[in-house]
Amino acid sequence: MSDHQKKATAYWKENVRYLFILLAIWFLVSFGAGILFKDALNAFKIGGFKVGFWFAQQGSIYVFVILIFIYVRLMNKLDEKYGYHE
Amino acid sequence: MNVQTWTYILVGITFSLYIGIAIWSRASSTKDFYVAGGGVSPLANGMATAADWMSAASFISMSGIIAFAGYDGSVYLMGWTGGYVLLALLLAPYLRKFGKFTVPDFIGDRYYSKTARIVAVFCALIVSFTYVAGQMRGVGVVFSRFLEVDINTGVIIGMIIVLFYAVLGGMKGITYTQVAQYCVLIFAFMVPAIFISIQMTGNPIPQLGMGSTLNDGSGTYLLDKLNGLSTELGFSEYTDGSKKMIDVFAITLALMVGTAGLPHVIVRFFTVKRVKDARKSAGLALLLIAILYTTAPAVAVFSKTNLINTVSNQPYAHMPKWFKNWENTGLLTFTDINNDGKIQFLADKGKNELIVDNDIMVLANPEIANLPAWVIALVAAGGLAAALSTAAGLLLVISSSVSHDLIKKVFRPKISEKGELWAARISATFAVVIAGYFGVNPPGFVAAVVALAFGMAAASFFPAILLGIFYKKMNKEGAITGMVVGISLMLFYILKFKFGVFDGGKEAVEGLKASWWFGISPEGFGTMAMIVNFIVAIAVNKLTPEPPEEVQEIVEHIRIPSGAEEPSIH
Repeated sequence: MSDHQKKATAYWKENVRYLFILLAIWFLVSFGAGILFKDALNAFKIGGFKVGFWFAQQGSIYVFVILIFIYVRLMNKLDEKYGYHE
Repeated sequence: MNVQTWTYILVGITFSLYIGIAIWSRASSTKDFYVAGGGVSPLANGMATAADWMSAASFISMSGIIAFAGYDGSVYLMGWTGGYVLLALLLAPYLRKFGKFTVPDFIGDRYYSKTARIVAVFCALIVSFTYVAGQMRGVGVVFSRFLEVDINTGVIIGMIIVLFYAVLGGMKGITYTQVAQYCVLIFAFMVPAIFISIQMTGNPIPQLGMGSTLNDGSGTYLLDKLNGLSTELGFSEYTDGSKKMIDVFAITLALMVGTAGLPHVIVRFFTVKRVKDARKSAGLALLLIAILYTTAPAVAVFSKTNLINTVSNQPYAHMPKWFKNWENTGLLTFTDINNDGKIQFLADKGKNELIVDNDIMVLANPEIANLPAWVIALVAAGGLAAALSTAAGLLLVISSSVSHDLIKKVFRPKISEKGELWAARISATFAVVIAGYFGVNPPGFVAAVVALAFGMAAASFFPAILLGIFYKKMNKEGAITGMVVGISLMLFYILKFKFGVFDGGKEAVEGLKASWWFGISPEGFGTMAMIVNFIVAIAVNKLTPEPPEEVQEIVEHIRIPSGAEEPSIH
């Protein structure tokens, strides 16, 4: 394997690792807090919101937006580290 | 000034704006026509994507659906936003790096096969046509209610406007009109929501107002109040819902994956300059979408509470003017079953006297809350912006599938640049006419199928694109079989459980609910069909030859951002 290819493989590995972490959070806030554990979380309240219901109709969406911007930042840094930035 | 005058003024101003932009941004090459020249800024693309994505369904129907479904409505909120995370992380940057014009372009080149390209064109056409017919219908509803023209005249006016800027400007014209349409629609959605939030809770931010206490000095939380009202009338608690958990799970996932696989959303990411811009504009698009999507559930709570307070157990003779207006459109009906002259709004179908169509909640909301005439007119202009922007995006996918993927890539490879541009314009015109025809004569199944378009996108495109990027050794045999099996299974399930085709027709549908596979509804079945697509594709891949070396090199090439080519002219 050439140096060129080694670099590309290492970049791809780091990228995939980020994806796993970010998608785990994506799954936890929507399918976890908003659906699977909704009933348990609904025992707690923030203001007028039951917590499970809040995640399903508000919280998960906020987290989605934040996740994409974190991804943008991480990838911009990664591109620079490997010299792939444009 | 009355509502109608205001509506004419606002709709007139916004329409002239769209036409002005269309003339300013004419397309002069196929690259302009398909990908707006490939130099759109991330913010403009984010706004255009948001308008492209938020259709008549998001603007007009969604809050109403949530108002009546309560917690169960969350499937749309999470499903139609969570898909952007998948799109931004798994698809958009790589497709941008690949740098072509259409989704079938990617499938055809990555899987080195004309068959794959044709299967993809076929899937793109089914998904887009079902979707666009619903938009034209939405335009007709807004026109007929607010401008009091015939619903068909409304559809035809809408057709002419879309025809004008989609045919003239292609993706370039569409992109910049969508930027304007985003501003119109978000303003139109937020203004009444903020007014009503202040009215009911004193909090100007609807997202917070929804979780605040009522303004009436009682100290009761709005959501508790609505839960109480709902159970009193025999409905389940608003914050609880009645769908099975597995079905909620499946529908949410199908909508997310379907969103990421919709061709008219994916092509928007071909229009930016760099891979980096594709990622950023996906984030901006979701941020701009989230403004509406986090407000919609608040609007649902406000309007449902207002509706119950206004109508429940009140004398019919005392109903305000909006009630009669909507009765005239047939979207709201009252039958005095027990002849007491009062409106009984109950869960019990035998005793309930009031039927409210989901679609009128957002449109009627400002009237129910007694807001000024200009706000009501603004909502009409916003609904039109939402429907037109989505229709234009879909028409572009249809026309480029025909002119680029079929004519240029399959039937007439020697066609000139100019010839292809004309082919694109002519197919856009045909597509508008067909869409308009379905808007005027909606086949009974349009509304049902729009939701299912997501299932079909999930069952066909998503696995093929994802494997194309993340699994270097994926070959054409696997991908094609996966797409064909996935979409066929999805169609079979819809025909069986949505239309009762194999069991004696529509009447059988209720009875068949008990035999849904794993208790999953047709809306959620896209999740199952997607999983089957993945399994079939990988199994067939193991039994057939590896893809050629140069295709594996393409995959390595798209994984690395630097040197994203301009979309090449071919």
